[in-house]
Amino acid sequence: MEFSITDPFLWETVIQGLLFGGVLALLSLGLNIIFGVIDVVWICYAELIMIGMYAIYFLYADYGVPLPLAFIAGILTVALLGAALHHFIIRPILHTEPINQLLVTGGVLFFLQGFATLVFSVEFRNLGVSFGSFAAGDMFFPISRMLAFAVSLVAVVVLWLFLKRTFLGTAIRAISQDREIMPLMGVSPQKIYLVTSALGGGLAGLGACLLVLLYDIHPAIGLTFGPITFMVCVLGGLGNMIGGFIAAFIFAEFIALGGFYAEVEWGYVMAFVFFIVMMFIRPQGIMGSKS
Amino acid sequence: MNVPMILKGVGLLAVLIFPALGFSDYVLHIAISILIWGFIYTGWSIMGRFGLVSLGHGAFMGIGAYVVTMLWNHAGITPWIGIPVAVVVSGAVAIFIGFPCFRFRITGHYFALVTLALSEVVRLLIVALRDTTGGSLGVTPRSELTPEVAVSFYAMQFADKTVWFYLIVVIWLGGLLIWRAVDRSMLRYAMEAISQEDDAAASLGVHVTRAKLTVTVISAAMTAVGGAVYGQYQLYINPETTSGIAISLQIVFAVIAGGMFVQLGPTMGAVITLLLTETLRQTVGHDVYGLDVMVYGAMLVLFIIYMPRGVLGWITEVWSRRQEPRPTGTVKPQPGE
Repeated sequence: MEFSITDPFLWETVIQGLLFGGVLALLSLGLNIIFGVIDVVWICYAELIMIGMYAIYFLYADYGVPLPLAFIAGILTVALLGAALHHFIIRPILHTEPINQLLVTGGVLFFLQGFATLVFSVEFRNLGVSFGSFAAGDMFFPISRMLAFAVSLVAVVVLWLFLKRTFLGTAIRAISQDREIMPLMGVSPQKIYLVTSALGGGLAGLGACLLVLLYDIHPAIGLTFGPITFMVCVLGGLGNMIGGFIAAFIFAEFIALGGFYAEVEWGYVMAFVFFIVMMFIRPQGIMGSKS
Repeated sequence: MNVPMILKGVGLLAVLIFPALGFSDYVLHIAISILIWGFIYTGWSIMGRFGLVSLGHGAFMGIGAYVVTMLWNHAGITPWIGIPVAVVVSGAVAIFIGFPCFRFRITGHYFALVTLALSEVVRLLIVALRDTTGGSLGVTPRSELTPEVAVSFYAMQFADKTVWFYLIVVIWLGGLLIWRAVDRSMLRYAMEAISQEDDAAASLGVHVTRAKLTVTVISAAMTAVGGAVYGQYQLYINPETTSGIAISLQIVFAVIAGGMFVQLGPTMGAVITLLLTETLRQTVGHDVYGLDVMVYGAMLVLFIIYMPRGVLGWITEVWSRRQEPRPTGTVKPQPGE
């Protein structure tokens, strides 16, 4: 294919990539905060999103709950799941080897995936809500993607304000900086971990609200979004939300442009290879500080 | 002769006469699958037991399965040459990924995630190169077998499951011997020192990067052989069943369930996971999908929390505790304290 800077399709692809970057950034937000504060990788993070998507789907499509209410219920469900995951599964092994915490959530991944297959079947389900698309010259952009992009921008600003301006947010940041000293200052790490897990779960739920508008729901959807979400977090720098944002856009452009010039798999291959190479060059992430 | 050795001898004998006991092809198939996966899991545990938790073994298995099948289908090169080629390729990939990882001290979560990216890269490459590899639909090694020809040694295809059984027993025993050789080598002491504290190990003259690379390459090579044999035996491979995140996690978890610190632990992991799947399929029926995965996931969570050394690790621990009553008086200092 010829390269032309004035090609409207190229520009459409670049902007689509930007919009997809917004979705990825939102998806990685919750994982990032858990990663940064508790230093645990929830391998099952994308499966929590899947459960949220099913919750929203069934409330809306089967029980006729209005969409905004279904969204709130979805967010709360996943927040509760996140807190339960921490309380019942992560907490008992928090003091063993760190890799065990990653592996135990892998068990949860299989559990949730098996559960979804068993209860909801492998059928692809679509919410069937469409917002139409927005035309700019020859370029078309789905409104739902633009909405996802806007929501993720708002979410990151709100989260940033929460972490900087509230007492709880300050305590969360303090714990992530020094988990030995903070208990001496009267902050209970266990309580903060639980709140952070619920917050991370809630953000996964928010991700579910947007994904449910954009994609079909099926039990293996977590495997599509899981790996890329971890890589966005790590590439951005552990617990660094601005870095995570930038990383999300880099990955999204790789995938979009790869899909434009070749096939979408090549975009993913390039994004993952880029990730591996970056890990060697800057293991602390693009925005991470050397520690 | 102590009890574990007698047990091992009896076990080996039982394995060797297994096909003669007149079981159905189905039972033989399960046994063969257990041995193939047991071999692959043993390969993983060679590096996993030293704290190098790789989520990238799907990549090596995929390389093994696809290099051999592609060479056979497109160039007519026999798997007997294809397997060494696959071993070299996966060894090269292991060095290519492992060297920078170990050089730049990428460990723990980060090592797991880098290797996870590798296994996704291999899966996506197989899908993307669909004109050659058949993409997500998978591919079948070109069959040399006809109703008249039941054995093609050149194509490494055998209609008779008994032939497969003995071939795979040999490979599996080879894997166990490699495990034992590593277990009894200086490499093991070097790796244990490294997994405790790599700076201290380096200061004592252990070549950290070289030791880690050696176990990684051995492990990757074994996994590639396992992947190749899996493809030859099943006569069908696809990117999802040989590479990617799902298969990588399956490998890690089966080893944890069985126990990665004992020689037969990974094989035990294969026994547990395959019997679980098959039992559930037999009792609950073919129409219920997902239950096996769900039970499996729940088991893993419980294993990691309550039995982190795996079933066989736990059994041997209890056994040796019964054999040697707790030492009284002097307490030996443990390494790393």
